[in-house]
Amino acid sequence: MILETDARKELERLAKITRYLILKTVHQSGAGHVGGPLSAVEILIALFFKVMRIDPKRPDWDDRDRFILSKGHAAVGLYTVMALRGYFPVSELATFDKGNSRLQGHPDMTRLPGLDISSGSLGQGLSAGLGYALGAKLAKKDFHTWVLLGDGEIQEGMVWEAAHVASRYRLDNLTAILDDNGLQQYGWRGKGRGDRRDPWDALPPARIFEAFGWRVIEIDGHDFEQILSACEIARKGAPAERPTAIIAHTVKGKGLPFTEGKHAWHSKVPSSEDLQRALEALGLDESEVPR
Amino acid sequence: MKALREAFGETLVELGEKYPRLLVLDGDLANSTKADRFEAAFPDRFLEMGIAEQNMLGVAAGLAHLGFIPWLSSFTVFFTHRALDPLRMLVAQTHANVKIGAAYSGLLTGYTGKTHQDVEDLAIMRAMPDMVVLAPIDAVETRAMMHWACEYQGPVYLRLTRDPSPVVLEAAYRFEPGRVLELRQGRDVALVGTGPQSTRLLEAAKALAREGIEAGVFHLGSLKPLDEDGLLEKLRPYPLVVTAEEHSIYGGLGGLVSEVLSAADPKRVIRIGIEDRWGESAPNDWLLDRYGLSAPRIAERVRKEVES
Ligand SMILES: Cc1ncc(C[n+]2csc(CCOP(=O)(O)OP(=O)(O)O)c2C)c(N)n1
Ligand SMILES: [Mg+2]
Repeated sequence: MILETDARKELERLAKITRYLILKTVHQSGAGHVGGPLSAVEILIALFFKVMRIDPKRPDWDDRDRFILSKGHAAVGLYTVMALRGYFPVSELATFDKGNSRLQGHPDMTRLPGLDISSGSLGQGLSAGLGYALGAKLAKKDFHTWVLLGDGEIQEGMVWEAAHVASRYRLDNLTAILDDNGLQQYGWRGKGRGDRRDPWDALPPARIFEAFGWRVIEIDGHDFEQILSACEIARKGAPAERPTAIIAHTVKGKGLPFTEGKHAWHSKVPSSEDLQRALEALGLDESEVPR
Repeated sequence: MKALREAFGETLVELGEKYPRLLVLDGDLANSTKADRFEAAFPDRFLEMGIAEQNMLGVAAGLAHLGFIPWLSSFTVFFTHRALDPLRMLVAQTHANVKIGAAYSGLLTGYTGKTHQDVEDLAIMRAMPDMVVLAPIDAVETRAMMHWACEYQGPVYLRLTRDPSPVVLEAAYRFEPGRVLELRQGRDVALVGTGPQSTRLLEAAKALAREGIEAGVFHLGSLKPLDEDGLLEKLRPYPLVVTAEEHSIYGGLGGLVSEVLSAADPKRVIRIGIEDRWGESAPNDWLLDRYGLSAPRIAERVRKEVES
């Protein structure tokens, strides 16, 4: 897929704003995750602004595409993109993690319309996505289900239970996107990004998904054109008649020199100084950021 | 003030010196649970299991049956929910010598919300045969319980918390399984707590004393085993008992105290805790207030019950 220059510029602008709002929101609430949300920014924006058949004004529309943030700790990234897309006002981000908020530390579908599942305990989203995809076939609906996974998260066995059944039912209406950012929370000591080894250094997830019978597409997860092309292929399904795994190579903490590739930024609260540094690094002015 | 997880990390290192067969298994959370201290001290005896808790419980059982002493590091909820079946069949039912360091228990889990706030763990773990269930009041008791657990042969569940809480026990404190600690003498009402909640009961008792209500305060750090006769004897003089816990009012500390009293010395027991609902992400003070567990809210409730 070739993006017009203006369209690409607009997506890139949204990505910068999203990155800043993620930091600002975590700073305000005094808690939350940073590295995992930042690596998924382009993927989330591409899905919510270009790929998915959704209508923010009708979050309960029957025929909408379904989205599952299986790596639920990236909630603040999802909320930011949903707010920018018009699901709720950007100002509501200030309630993140506060008492009575719809924006819980991990996504809670009983509180916030537009969420297709709750998550937070890792490794369970693909199973719920499998349910949506199987259900769509049974109900003869043509919506697509997208599941965003973390590369540490897929150490959970339940992911592979779902991968097996999805392949057995030839679910071409299900796509898993792996945010393959090379870091988990703590992981193994050794050479990789910083002093931590890649969660899967010896066993690339692409090979595992392939072994389970999935179609695999590998992309640069920060390149909008590559994300959009991969999603287009995934949605078409046929002639593959297989679920698709998009392995998105990303950088944890992407976009800010002080967070990139640093496992300590998995969950850490940015200071006011960090916010300032972020604006500079992103080349943004506060006044360009919606409130 | 000191967080129980800090005491956990420090004591692991201490115990690592003393017990060469002690290992630590981690579920990708060592920098949260503070088990990373052990990795720094004994890198070869630290085994990273990744984000795969069910497997971790199975591995621990195998290691334990070879004579190792595996201590496990993860969040409470991932032991008592995610890994419950292997915990039950491979660890408890084989009486494996596995020590479960359940970090991030109760409501105060650092804004994570209901997915991580385990309000059912005591009900589950209490009901599990073979399991020892411990909920230390402070950093001192955490250390003492860990020393005891290394001498005991069998599975032990240690309920730890995330954020700093008051240190109330003397450094020389020695843990005895089953013992009920009397933290304060009283007359009108007995307040019974577990974990750091017991320190909030002490605070509430002080406030009540200023209004002429004399509250006794008791800490049950050892929910199982429990010296039932000791508990009955300590509660006998009191006309009213109030339990408080960062847990559901079903099946936890309140359940335990009610079970024991109803069989031998029936009296009014008020259970304060989470009333059949989930938690949510919010600041600690907000949560304690919301669920009636802060010292002022406890005092308010006790006042009402004493007067009625
Ligand atoms: C079942 C489960 N175990 C542990 C955790 C704690 N935890 C939250 S995020 C995380 C690391 C996730 O790493 P990854 O999937 O690579 O996510 P990302 O790098 O995108 O942040 C861990 C261990 C959890 N939420 N759920
Ligand atoms: Mg990762």
